[in-house]
Amino acid sequence: MFDTGPVAVPAPDLAALRQLGDRIRPLSAAAERTLPVPPAFADLIPQGGLVRGSTITTSGSAATSLALALAGPATAAGSWCAVVGLAHLGLLAAAELGVALERTLLIADPGPQEWAATVAALLDAVEVVLVQPGHRLTPTVQRRLVARARDRGSVLIGAGGRTEVWAEQPDLSVGSGRSTWEGVGVGHGRLRARRVEVAVAGRRGAVRPRTTELWLPGPDGQIAVAPSVARAAPAVAPAPLLDAG
Amino acid sequence: MSGTRTLVVHCPDWPVLASDPAPTAAVIVVRANRVVAASMAAREAGIEVGLKRRESQRRCPSVQVVDHDPGRDARAFEPVASSLDAVTPGIEVARPGTLAFGTRGPGRYFGGDEPLAERVGWMVSGALGGRWPVRVGIADGSFAALLAAHRAHRRGRSSIVVPPAATPAFLASYPVGTLLEVMEIPDLVDVWQRLGLRTLGHLADLPRADVSARFGRPGVAAHRLASGLDLRPLSARRPAPDLAVTQDLDPPVDRVDRAAFVAKTMADALHARLEADGLACTQVLVEATTEHGETLGRQWRHEGALTAGALADRVRWQLDGWLTGASSSRPTAAIARLALVPVEVVAARGRQLGFWGGETLIDERVWRAVARVQGQLGAGAVTVPEVRGGRSPADRVVRVPVAAVDLAEARPAARLASVVEPWPGQVPAPAPATVLDEPELVGVVDVDGRPVTVSGRAELSGAPAELARVGRPSMALASWAGPWPVDERWWDPVRHRRRARFQVVDQQGTAHLLFVEAGRWWLEATYD
Repeated sequence: MFDTGPVAVPAPDLAALRQLGDRIRPLSAAAERTLPVPPAFADLIPQGGLVRGSTITTSGSAATSLALALAGPATAAGSWCAVVGLAHLGLLAAAELGVALERTLLIADPGPQEWAATVAALLDAVEVVLVQPGHRLTPTVQRRLVARARDRGSVLIGAGGRTEVWAEQPDLSVGSGRSTWEGVGVGHGRLRARRVEVAVAGRRGAVRPRTTELWLPGPDGQIAVAPSVARAAPAVAPAPLLDAG
Repeated sequence: MSGTRTLVVHCPDWPVLASDPAPTAAVIVVRANRVVAASMAAREAGIEVGLKRRESQRRCPSVQVVDHDPGRDARAFEPVASSLDAVTPGIEVARPGTLAFGTRGPGRYFGGDEPLAERVGWMVSGALGGRWPVRVGIADGSFAALLAAHRAHRRGRSSIVVPPAATPAFLASYPVGTLLEVMEIPDLVDVWQRLGLRTLGHLADLPRADVSARFGRPGVAAHRLASGLDLRPLSARRPAPDLAVTQDLDPPVDRVDRAAFVAKTMADALHARLEADGLACTQVLVEATTEHGETLGRQWRHEGALTAGALADRVRWQLDGWLTGASSSRPTAAIARLALVPVEVVAARGRQLGFWGGETLIDERVWRAVARVQGQLGAGAVTVPEVRGGRSPADRVVRVPVAAVDLAEARPAARLASVVEPWPGQVPAPAPATVLDEPELVGVVDVDGRPVTVSGRAELSGAPAELARVGRPSMALASWAGPWPVDERWWDPVRHRRRARFQVVDQQGTAHLLFVEAGRWWLEATYD
């Protein structure tokens, strides 16, 4: 009644299997969980963008410009940005680096007492919050802010300042090494463009620092990857990203 | 059928008066780089409402420019409104500078419209200290009364009373553009002008049904106004008492910002409650009660429907005016209870979220966050950037209080492209990322250790070699450029600036923007 001979099983169709796999993958793609960054940074940052809910710090000689450059494309795409403290932020530079000024809020320094509450209130509502804490953050406070950011899908960017104020290591540390300005001679010319070595390290994914030299800004005003110039001296090591102590 | 006999008190150019200028000074109030109000002296110099700031300064170089502050306008207007509380309880404030009320009761009490107008003008003038002109208009309907007050101002009279039933004739000769004072319908007005309906009389002559069919609800509203009727449509009714939102404040609040934050949540609640019933509020009564039982109630009317944010603003203005006003009317205790009572509602047309640049959900959250932060840190803690013309990086983008802008609107003044005028001598791009608000005094010496000086002819005494800053080690300079001399506002003894700018790069590769003024070196910005 039943066939007892060997049964021929058709060879698995790999293409069909791959298609099925794509269909059952979780619906939220990584792209929706990240905020856009300038294309020059896309290779440096492991996830290709700022992961929502993450904390990023910038340091070094171009710390403020890096923070503004990272925040720029997100605001241009429609997100709001709040700057807490940073009374000396160059707003013109922010606009030139791509930050949409019509969606930027500037908040005066709240002082150590109200700092955490203010930043938490802003993380609730805006997607990018730029800070420069003037006082040391306790691990509890930092953890609570990180939890709030993760809950709401916002991004906290620490722009420059002393790196030891952060109690725990941020998700992404963007450090800048030495800058080289082009255009100024001895008694002539003017500042036109800057090349800076940018090193990105993080907790997740990229444990090994990735380094590139960037135009920040380039001769045409854009942020771009600078083709490396052959140097006689060994490559300059980037400034320490986080103090050990 | 005609509109209710209304009296309108109008203080022309109220934003200028609120900033308390000298009586003969030329002052303009500017919002997003455009003039919104100008003093008499400024108008004589040729400045009009709607001009750009630069253009106004060109027409009158000595004009004083004041930033628009709606809170200050409302605060300053509160004593005016409260001075008339003795005449009638039904005062409606449309915006600071203009208020209206029905004349039936007070007219009979004072023996007629003319005596009433005179009396009201005298009372308001007294509340303003007799310094500023007050214009009163009486007509059928608040729109006609407002136009009557404007006409009184133009003719230099203190009041104009339009006889009963003469209102349609009074309105007939006004151009349709005057409707823009009370309604936001620039496109409709444009269409009417192109169709040949240039005056309100032309519009009123059209049959109402045809206007409704062709132009819809806004057209009907405009038609009512042009015919001398009230804007309040017949569908407006007194809402049920349970739509009011009351909140007991425990502990009682005496700071305006905390009260304003509570008001924002109450306004959201009221808005939600009305929306659930398909209603929108056009007139609201805001009542604040203190611990000692003193109450201040003020009715606010708005041309469109009041959004939650606009409502919260009005509560803040009212409380600001009350708590910081003249000591005779100031409350003696903290505010213990706030009530928002919708007085007039209309059928809501539904909200279009983010269609033609209107409200979006994102902006609602941002408003709430702004209100919360202001509650914690004070109203001045939140600012937004605004682009101005200028030469130095600090002048080109400034911080403007968030209360003076409407976050939901598109703000062209926040874009770099909004400044098209050339500014010779401007510091070129790229801009520095750190700009000090107060320049830092530094020292620059040449290779021999002598301070570098710049002569009047922009000649250097020596090549800058080292930059010394307070509290930091001296840095040798790898490269430098300059001097770029700039002599700004030489005609203004107070704001004259004569500087020579330099860009320097130190050995570590950090670039700075320095300038020399009066023989001393200052650090203006760092290219961070």
